[in-house]
Amino acid sequence: MNGYNFAYLDEQTKRMIRRALLKAVAIPGYQVPFGGREMPMPYGWGTGGMQLTASILGGDDVLKVIDQGADDTTNAVSIRAFFERVAGVETTTATAAADVIQTRHRIPETPLEHDQILVFQVPIPEPLRFIEPSEQETRLMHALEEYGVMHVKLYEDIARYGHIATTYAYPVKVDGRYVMDPSPIPKFDNPKLDMSAALMLFGAGREKRLYAIPPYTRVESLDFEDHPFEIQQWDEHCALCGSDHSFLDEVITDDAGNRLFICSDTDYCLTRRGEVA
Amino acid sequence: MKRSELAGPALAKPVLDRSALLDVQDISRLYGPGKGCESIDFRLHAGEVLGIVGESGSGKSTLLRVLAGLETPDAGRVIYHTNDGELDLYAISEARRRALLRLEWGLVHQNPRDGLRMGVSAGANVGERLMALGERHYGNLRAAGQDWMTQVELDAGRIDDAPLTFSGGMQQRLQIARTLVTRPRLVFMDEPTGGLDVSVQARLLDMIRTLVRQLGLSVVLVTHDLAVARLLSHRLLVMRRGQVVEAGLTDQILDDPQHAYTQLLVSSVLTP
Ligand SMILES: Nc1ncnc2c1ncn2[C@@H]1O[C@H](COP(=O)(O)OP(=O)(O)O)[C@@H](O)[C@H]1O
Ligand SMILES: [Mg+2]
Ligand SMILES: [Zn+2]
Repeated sequence: MNGYNFAYLDEQTKRMIRRALLKAVAIPGYQVPFGGREMPMPYGWGTGGMQLTASILGGDDVLKVIDQGADDTTNAVSIRAFFERVAGVETTTATAAADVIQTRHRIPETPLEHDQILVFQVPIPEPLRFIEPSEQETRLMHALEEYGVMHVKLYEDIARYGHIATTYAYPVKVDGRYVMDPSPIPKFDNPKLDMSAALMLFGAGREKRLYAIPPYTRVESLDFEDHPFEIQQWDEHCALCGSDHSFLDEVITDDAGNRLFICSDTDYCLTRRGEVA
Repeated sequence: MKRSELAGPALAKPVLDRSALLDVQDISRLYGPGKGCESIDFRLHAGEVLGIVGESGSGKSTLLRVLAGLETPDAGRVIYHTNDGELDLYAISEARRRALLRLEWGLVHQNPRDGLRMGVSAGANVGERLMALGERHYGNLRAAGQDWMTQVELDAGRIDDAPLTFSGGMQQRLQIARTLVTRPRLVFMDEPTGGLDVSVQARLLDMIRTLVRQLGLSVVLVTHDLAVARLLSHRLLVMRRGQVVEAGLTDQILDDPQHAYTQLLVSSVLTP
């Protein structure tokens, strides 16, 4: 594309982001500041993830973009089209065929391989922000492993609702050290972070922070001994593919209010139904 | 025969000398001439309650902040005696210092809002320090919350209520429970009964006194109220314009003040 460098960002910016990524990989779960650039989209549309994707994408890479598990939402389509235009890369909706997957709110159901990279779009990278507004203080709390407040939040959940009510952005501890916000994925996906074969990268555009979980890293969801971490479960199976083990979305099918449960991961569902070559 | 005669009096003599917990050596923190604290020296023994008195602006809170590891002094040292040796409070790393404050020491603020998390329940407030210490059993945390609410004479049935729904005196009790739950070796209190109604103050004081005795707490207590100091403290430091003008046993100082400033303080209490 004329007037743009490969993958939109200039080489100097990409090098700077790659250096920050190397640091993030070296310190799993640690938030690394980076001098983010403006992307041709407003914050909140995945600019953090896009800058990371732009920095790691190679000419032969195949890119997949999902939003809430689906490849066909406006946001996913426009990010995919953007990289087709500015990087000329091949894109796919097939999880297994992708080298780089940029995602918002889900981890694909198909287990990822060691040669794949998952890039998360992150709105609020700081898991301690809910209790501590000062950036300086939260950095110190991480440095000193002052994480008692994370359990205060879970305690409060149980006291109020009888169980840990946090279902999205459920906090994790990475490699026994840093407490990390896994971005607003459902807690259903948290176990997929643990000992993942694929590299996981997280980018927050507004706050200009990135962090990483290197392959085969221990990732534990915080909990209590007598209220252990649990993932969401459904009584129903997917109405389309019959899956009894994927994350299900509830959809209303008609004006009468009838509802169905279907896989949130559209590629996974289509593949199970044999509709993808 | 001779031996037992020798041993007799030696055994009968009580061991008055308790071990040192905190040594404050020539501490100064001045914001301006006479504003702050200057050249402060004292030793706090284990199990002792030391009162710091003086009128408003005399530097009591400044000194307490320095002792509690919250404000770096311009000069001097604060030595904390642990079971494994001495720690120089401002020579150790910030990480170590914060861990000390979080795990071994406790701080009770004058305004309970400064010491409580107003956004979470009473039980979560009491449990936080235990969680910071690694307690990961919800049932245990709850039991500790109820136990401590009872100890500070709060209704344990209100464990899930927000501190905002508590009166000022109750919030102060909750802050004390939250601080004492980990059985800190050393507690700092800054005007713990300040800002409360007189009748509420009296009951809170009784409760603090009972807890201090039962738990054998070591306390540095800042108060401008000599009645509070008399009720709780073994020894007193009298501060004026940043300096200690008189120090000694509480009863001696209040019954027979030597320094003119202390005499003035005491007489102002006696002549309402
Ligand atoms: N952070 C600060 N900056 C400037 N001056 C301060 C600060 N803190 C206290 N002071 C001043 O130091 C003096 C002692 O204050 P303080 O220690 O709060 O006294 P006390 O607790 O005895 O009332 C006062 O004159 C006060 O205005
Ligand atoms: Mg004060
Ligand atoms: Zn399905």
